[in-house]
Amino acid sequence: MIMIDNSSRRSFLRQAFGAGALVLGARILPTRALAALETAAFAPNVFVGIKSDGTVLIVAHRSEMGTSSRTMVPLILADEMEADWKRVKIEQAIGDEKYGDQNTDGSHSVRSFFGVMQECGASARTMLEQAAASQWKVPASECKATLHQVVHTPSSKKLGYGELASAAAKLPVPDKSKLVFKKKSEYRYIGKDLPIYDLSDITHGKAVFGMDAKVDGMVYASIEHPPVLGGKVMSFDDKEALQVAGVSRTVEIPAFKPPHGFQPLGGVAVIADNTWAAFQGRKKLKITWDPGPNASYTSSEYKKELQATARKPGKVVRNVGDVDKAFDGAAKILEADYYVPHLAHAAMEPLVAVADFRNGKCTIWAPTQNPQAVQDTVAAAIGIDKKNVICNVTLLGGGFGRKSKPDYCAEAALLSKQLGKPVKVVWTREDDIHFDYYHSVAALYMKAGVDQKGKPVAWLQRSVFPSINSTFAPDVKSGSAGELGMGFTDTPYDLPNHRAENGEAVNHVRIGWLRSVANIYHAFAVCSFADELANAAGRDSKDYLLELIGPPRLVDLKAQDVDYPNMGPIEQYPVDTARLRKVVELVAEKSGWGKRKLPKGHALGIAAHRSFLSYIATVVEVAVSPDGKISIPRVDTAVDAGMIVSPDRVRSQFEGAAVFGASLALMGEITATNGKIDQSNFNNYPVLRMNEAPLETHVYIVESDAPPAGVGEPGVPPFAPALCNAIFKVTGKRIRELPIGRQKLV
Amino acid sequence: MITLKINGAPRQFDGDPDMPLLWYLRDVAGLTGSKFGCGIGMCGACTVHQDGIAIRSCVTPVRSAVGKEITTIEGLSNSDHPLQKAWAALNVPQCGYCQVGQIMQAASLLKAKPKPTDKDIDDGMAGNICRCGTYQRIRAAIHLAAKEKV
Repeated sequence: MIMIDNSSRRSFLRQAFGAGALVLGARILPTRALAALETAAFAPNVFVGIKSDGTVLIVAHRSEMGTSSRTMVPLILADEMEADWKRVKIEQAIGDEKYGDQNTDGSHSVRSFFGVMQECGASARTMLEQAAASQWKVPASECKATLHQVVHTPSSKKLGYGELASAAAKLPVPDKSKLVFKKKSEYRYIGKDLPIYDLSDITHGKAVFGMDAKVDGMVYASIEHPPVLGGKVMSFDDKEALQVAGVSRTVEIPAFKPPHGFQPLGGVAVIADNTWAAFQGRKKLKITWDPGPNASYTSSEYKKELQATARKPGKVVRNVGDVDKAFDGAAKILEADYYVPHLAHAAMEPLVAVADFRNGKCTIWAPTQNPQAVQDTVAAAIGIDKKNVICNVTLLGGGFGRKSKPDYCAEAALLSKQLGKPVKVVWTREDDIHFDYYHSVAALYMKAGVDQKGKPVAWLQRSVFPSINSTFAPDVKSGSAGELGMGFTDTPYDLPNHRAENGEAVNHVRIGWLRSVANIYHAFAVCSFADELANAAGRDSKDYLLELIGPPRLVDLKAQDVDYPNMGPIEQYPVDTARLRKVVELVAEKSGWGKRKLPKGHALGIAAHRSFLSYIATVVEVAVSPDGKISIPRVDTAVDAGMIVSPDRVRSQFEGAAVFGASLALMGEITATNGKIDQSNFNNYPVLRMNEAPLETHVYIVESDAPPAGVGEPGVPPFAPALCNAIFKVTGKRIRELPIGRQKLV
Repeated sequence: MITLKINGAPRQFDGDPDMPLLWYLRDVAGLTGSKFGCGIGMCGACTVHQDGIAIRSCVTPVRSAVGKEITTIEGLSNSDHPLQKAWAALNVPQCGYCQVGQIMQAASLLKAKPKPTDKDIDDGMAGNICRCGTYQRIRAAIHLAAKEKV
């Protein structure tokens, strides 16, 4: 539900856009909250303003962490309003609920805001045309907005957007039903390749990331956190720390009250007049810790528990036919256990935030995916109203889900309030690895009964993992419908008898979203197991996969009583096997599947997975050297993400996903001993480097008029299984545990 | 008091001579183009040039930079460096955080190997991590800059 109003008279906007500017806004009211919000004050979520010099200002309300949303969401608006992109200036929004959802997570910036941006753009364009028509005293139908000006078609008279802004501001906003949208063929920018807005600033070192935020009078803080989740400071000695040049004082930060949510972990902060001094002072702290309830957590033991749970019946979350009976009648039974360890986000920019508390208000500058969560978290931490938290969003040096959890912002706010001056909290890489909200560890059990031809007649899958919901509630043991809906309860295979079960697991570290979330372990198990069945049947992996997906159809999960959130209305975004088949066929064709001559020691592997409402199929070419070293000469990925804004930026996300996927598959692993994370930096938590990365990644985009779907995340899930399926082809060794680097291949 | 030469200009510093050059550049000199990524010289986000050669400023104490010419991204080029043009032509960055370090490393590589092979680029750039995974475009941009077709 979208409403647009003319906000030109609002004083705060007049300040931002200059007097007489035309300002349009819209807000999204989630359908569920509509009744509650009907009486709320109207506050737009997306703004476009035109200054009298003709500059068009568009507010980017989503965070930029590398997915280009800061460019591509405003671009939709600019295109629809016939603005000249060269004369558009993007303003980054602060956190404010008037914008609607700002949590840049879940690959939905374009999906959720395409329509909003279109409406704002079309309204602006229509009002500019009407303003010109009034001035010329001609029918509006004779006036056409074209590239930043309105043209009177019969006479070729022209008025620029800047000249029309004041007059347009006085007009009522046209009714939504009267808006005429541009046809796809009329798009000026959508569907074309444009540079990202911040490109030049980035390559010249002028872009402002959170790490670059600076406020007058600011001090720097580095925090020693409890080494184990839930640990507390018992006592500390800061004498030596205070002797470090530049260190001014220390501040104890209290431990959180469970559930941890986004609260600070607690610990001792060292305050200094530069970052380095704060780091040095921190090394001199002597802290005695109460290790807390998670000190017995050792991941190698926990792994055995998860695997044992996965071998026992769990809660049924999807059930089709009679699996047990069908197992009895099967010609052959195949079973496999899969395991994926915890992963860390390790965005290039460690966590950092600047807070300035004064006069009852707290201003934050932070690389955050979720500025409204910053408001909530900071408000709760320092006991003020969220409307008194102003969250400025810088560029993010990567996010991948970690920066949607603003514990680091609350730390800065607490310290600023206590010290009475602006504070910059800088996490080290070691902090980043030690105190992540980790991608969940998972154990999966797969069992299939197949007929004489190797076709499955019964299929059982179990998933066991500590849930992200443990962040927000105590004693969570089961996976959420959202997590299970990521590639587990929605397995789109044509199976007459199919059961999915979830086993219980308790968290001992903070668990959080990481690029594509539960899809990682679910796709790894499901897509690997599909390939295991293909090989057991002596079939071509791609042909078998297509048969497993079955005929083109919409998978009706509702009819199967599956609690399936789907990230969008199922009517609008059905689980469509025709689209999944199409990407499989496309990637097979483009990769030369079954046709391309490969050198000795090379092979192709394939996997296909739907996530974030997009359909992806990936073929990985692997090369395994005689001594077992892996390299990835080529990756082919076919993408059906519905309608897309920028082909180049879609390609870039899938190129990146290949690297991210290869990284987690080959080397990603976080372990813990006695509650403490064993890894600390890139020396022992390696991420993929250029010499290890796929040499070439080819991305094929399916032309589609379907509603826009996700792009940032869905390239990740099929990568690891496609790679492992390829490794099996070369070596005969089936990888069932990640990372691959832990296994001996020859 | 020590004297450093940053982007051609002398600068005085009377702080801790063991402070890594990165933190001097960022917190003291206000040159924030060079980034903090790992603090142990393993990611390359902090890469600057010392006498024209790429170094990791996060593990280089300021005292060891005395008498050397330090160049940061802010001083790489008066106009656009061929690498910056190539980066723009291929729309290389995603989040952008590592890209300054990548460009500084690549500039040093091109000085040593004006026409690098893929292998030269892998060897020269393996110390610079890009978590977004822009490696394929970085490689292409280095080749493009080497051809000076930008």
